[in-house]
Amino acid sequence: MTTGRGQTVREPRGLILPAWGYYLVFFVAPLVVILAFAFAHREGFFDITFGFYTENLERLWDPVYLKIYTNTLVLALEGTLLCLLVGFPFAYWLGTRVRTHKTLLLLLVIVPFWTSILIRTYAWALILAPSGFLSSFLQDLRLIANPLHLLGTDRAVLVGIVYDYLPLMVFPLYVSIERMDRRLVEASRDLGVGRWGTFRRVTLPLVLPGIMTGCLLVFVPMTGEYVVPSILGGGLRGLFGPVAADQFLEALNYPFGAAMSLVMVVFLLGVIFLYLRVLGRQAEQNLGAAL
Amino acid sequence: MSAAPASVAGGEARVRSWDRAVDRALRGWGGVVYAFLYLPILVVVIYAFNDSRHVANWERFGLRWWGEAWRDESIRKALLLSLWTAASNAGVAVVLGTAAALGLRNVRRRTRTAYDAFMYMALIVPEIVIAIGSLLFFATFAPQLLGPPAIVITHAVFNTSVVTLIVRARLAGMDRSLEEASADLGAGRWGTFRRVTLPQLFPAILAGGLLAFTFSFDDVVLSTFVTGAGSSTLPLRVFSELRFGLTPLANVVATFMLTITLTAIVTAQVLLRRSAGRAGASGPVAGGAVEVTR
Repeated sequence: MTTGRGQTVREPRGLILPAWGYYLVFFVAPLVVILAFAFAHREGFFDITFGFYTENLERLWDPVYLKIYTNTLVLALEGTLLCLLVGFPFAYWLGTRVRTHKTLLLLLVIVPFWTSILIRTYAWALILAPSGFLSSFLQDLRLIANPLHLLGTDRAVLVGIVYDYLPLMVFPLYVSIERMDRRLVEASRDLGVGRWGTFRRVTLPLVLPGIMTGCLLVFVPMTGEYVVPSILGGGLRGLFGPVAADQFLEALNYPFGAAMSLVMVVFLLGVIFLYLRVLGRQAEQNLGAAL
Repeated sequence: MSAAPASVAGGEARVRSWDRAVDRALRGWGGVVYAFLYLPILVVVIYAFNDSRHVANWERFGLRWWGEAWRDESIRKALLLSLWTAASNAGVAVVLGTAAALGLRNVRRRTRTAYDAFMYMALIVPEIVIAIGSLLFFATFAPQLLGPPAIVITHAVFNTSVVTLIVRARLAGMDRSLEEASADLGAGRWGTFRRVTLPQLFPAILAGGLLAFTFSFDDVVLSTFVTGAGSSTLPLRVFSELRFGLTPLANVVATFMLTITLTAIVTAQVLLRRSAGRAGASGPVAGGAVEVTR
């Protein structure tokens, strides 16, 4: 033991082991169990034989299920794009124009993120219901004659997911805009490049990692969304989340539900891998700042 | 360059007025987005004080449904279950997350990168996938744990990552000279930790615990899958009610949940500000210690 000045106190490295073990047992092992169930064979209701049966994965080629996957991807892409369109100007304003009360304004973006997704989704059910807030408001203004029938449609689900995940998009965008070297933008303007040209050729490339991180953070949960379609989607159950959930909660076909989830996990791992490949070293920094 | 000074000045004026228009448009959009974020929540709160039997028809202000909710024994039971599972999950997450954050200070870079992969994956993987995996896992290996224990265990996976992120951000921003002084003055490792490190970390740990509590208290997806027969948390109660249609009772319970959640979040934020963990930029999951390091 040295007694020299400036000696640092070192906590044992082993302190990371309990959490690591916890992840292995309660996070990684459940994912492996999904894999095992996806290749299992089911006889009757609960008579499950493990092995290497591909029947569950083959059933996924049924057009019904392919349609569910495409529906889900389209919805998640639409939701991601809308989040970006709403979030970018907003984050740009926060990052470049706001000088006072910035902490408070950022806090106001975080609070909804930590507020129950159930309640925030439910709020839209109240607003979009035929006898709800929006419908009666528009009828009072005589803008529409009949009650709106938005609740229970794909549009309602889209509004719900954009609303629920917007904060996750705003943060990475804000961080990259705030960090951007503004002198480059000024230099471009001074050299006579127009406003739009500067935005497209200087600003956009600089904040691209933030855009990618934001898109990743909202796209991934949107593909697995369960609460929003359950509440705002009404009877239409053509999305991955509710259909996969039904295999466990209603149909009790665990192996098939596992196969559905497995395909989704593999796809999302592909998306995440692509993100890491494209961003490389910047990925860690970006995720760290955004989460 | 001296050819037409007047037109240059005119051009500049045009540029400036255009700049102002952009500024105004951005500010206006900012207002629109905040309204979009908060008005729906406000609608729920307002309707919780509606005395009408019909959920969306405003009749008059009143506390009728608050009384109904309070008298409903199943709601009281659900609230109690939610409170204790959320608190237990926060306890597990705080212990695991704080320990991990401390250990991570001293590991090699490669170990940290490997650990981070697990930590970030636990945050990013869609909840429904973890929920399905956990149901299969518990049903296969420990069916007796399905119900409240499984709820606590699965919630703590996500929250361990949350606490680790928050505590790590605080550690990164902490001045180590106090710890060094303590060690130089002969305090042992444990003594230094208990009397120097821990007090400095305490606000971050508490904030992490509160956010872990909040996440668990609000969770629907994980709980839906791993809850056993006969136990229902408050959000599950609301969720099942909503599937049969909108009821005024749901407004009341939702508003009550909002109050608890908001109190926890705001307290966590105050703690994080006070502790001034400025280093280590982090976003909403880490409680928004958002001062960006350059």
